[in-house]
Amino acid sequence: MEGNTAWVLVSAALVLFMTPGLAFFYAGMVRSKNVLGMLMQNFFSMGLVSVLWVTVGFSLAFGDGGGLIGNFDFAFLKDIGTGDLALPGYVGDFALTIPAVVFLAYQMMFAVITPALITGATADRLRFSAYAVFIGLWLVIVYSPVAHWVFSPTGWLFERGALDFAGGTVVHINAGIAALVLVLVVGRRRGWPREAMPPHSLPLTLLGTGILWFGWIGFNAGSALGANSLAGQALLNTHLAAAAGMLGWLFVERLKDGKPTTLGAASGAVAGLVAITPCAGFVGGMAPLVIGFLAGSFCFLAIQLKFRFGYDDSLDVVGVHLVGGVIGSLLLAFFADTEVNALGADGILLGGGAEILLDQLVAVGATIAYSGIVSFILAKLVDGALGLRVPGDDESAGLDTTQHAETAYNLGEFGSMGRIG
Amino acid sequence: MKLVTAIVKPFKVDDVKEALKALDVQGMTVSEVQGFGRQRGHTEVYRGAEYTVDFVPKVRVEVLATEADVDRIADAIVAAARTDKIGDGKVWVTDVGRVIRIRTGEMGDDAI
Repeated sequence: MEGNTAWVLVSAALVLFMTPGLAFFYAGMVRSKNVLGMLMQNFFSMGLVSVLWVTVGFSLAFGDGGGLIGNFDFAFLKDIGTGDLALPGYVGDFALTIPAVVFLAYQMMFAVITPALITGATADRLRFSAYAVFIGLWLVIVYSPVAHWVFSPTGWLFERGALDFAGGTVVHINAGIAALVLVLVVGRRRGWPREAMPPHSLPLTLLGTGILWFGWIGFNAGSALGANSLAGQALLNTHLAAAAGMLGWLFVERLKDGKPTTLGAASGAVAGLVAITPCAGFVGGMAPLVIGFLAGSFCFLAIQLKFRFGYDDSLDVVGVHLVGGVIGSLLLAFFADTEVNALGADGILLGGGAEILLDQLVAVGATIAYSGIVSFILAKLVDGALGLRVPGDDESAGLDTTQHAETAYNLGEFGSMGRIG
Repeated sequence: MKLVTAIVKPFKVDDVKEALKALDVQGMTVSEVQGFGRQRGHTEVYRGAEYTVDFVPKVRVEVLATEADVDRIADAIVAAARTDKIGDGKVWVTDVGRVIRIRTGEMGDDAI
């Protein structure tokens, strides 16, 4: 018991660290005039979402309100601190061996990073205040219900038998489809795709990738909610999928473009991590290598779609998180193995029936439909009320000075600054 | 008085500096610059999107010289910076109207 609690506490810290990691992963890819804007959108999620989570988010996700959404039983942390609180649905095989307060804190870090994932798609053009309102509403109206469906044992997709170990649907498909509709509402960046918009610091992106990879251990292995062999399996699967994802991306990139790139290595690792997220505690053996490699190579091809269809998914959130999440969620139907996890299922390659593929398709489809439609409505509402996008001149000048009155890089010994206030 | 300006490959700056020191040149100014001549830029690829980079990084070297020294200095820079490959850069010489050493107020050749 204590060991389980210790591992989930450590995992909460690991998952928290992923958001700054994501911030640097993205910030390195934008131009130097938008670095702080990108970092701020990600860091701000740690502020806003944490507050929303303890007030209403957790209760709507894990309260006992039926299959579709939780309720307000745990709003404002009501009853959470009391030692032996049993959360709804977590009984029998699913009984928690950690205190509810630890579970809430761990889940809070998932809620923090999910809306932050969206920011890569809309890079360089969101008005900060409108962004803040959007993710606040999105967390409560989109994230919490979808988390309820899939993660809570009382949720309808969970009860239906859909498998999602650590958030392939809840986190990656959810954020990925929201990113796509948000991009369609705010439109392309000025000059895209004609103008060059190259990354300003790939070393930052590589640093962020390393932090993400490290933190993902907590994301997936922590989702075992115990210090046990399942956590060990999930850790190994996670790491192997990242490794194979990197190789898959680089392999296709080398064939298509001639050179293996550092950005490709980073992107492939992240694609592998995304795809293994739903599978981490349900598969074993060589499955993570296959899942990672396929995710790395297919995501590389998927990011080219934006040029064909003309949507400016600036840092490829759709190509990596939506596509990678779908790949992982569907491959799980083939590779799931009850030898690894008796609470899972046997996939098609291990003698299971085709119903599991149907369950996975329903989970993927329901997430895409709900998140896609509701995110679109929210984006339109916020856009109408506040304007999601900065004016053209501000976009040209960059988000750092126009949204935050700061500059990322003040290099050199002299400048032309004088104190005026 | 003359100003010798040279655009050279970044990795040749040390050779140029040593050659000028060997001529007892008292000072030089360098700055990192970008541009293009006949040498073409290069291409970069980010997640499959290809970009051309037209401006190539170079170093600009500036040396003030007296009429007597200017040819030796220019020749030394040319010899030191040459690799015989495209993109070696250029050296040009311009007339300078006045030179003043700020600390002492010395003027003309005395200030060089």
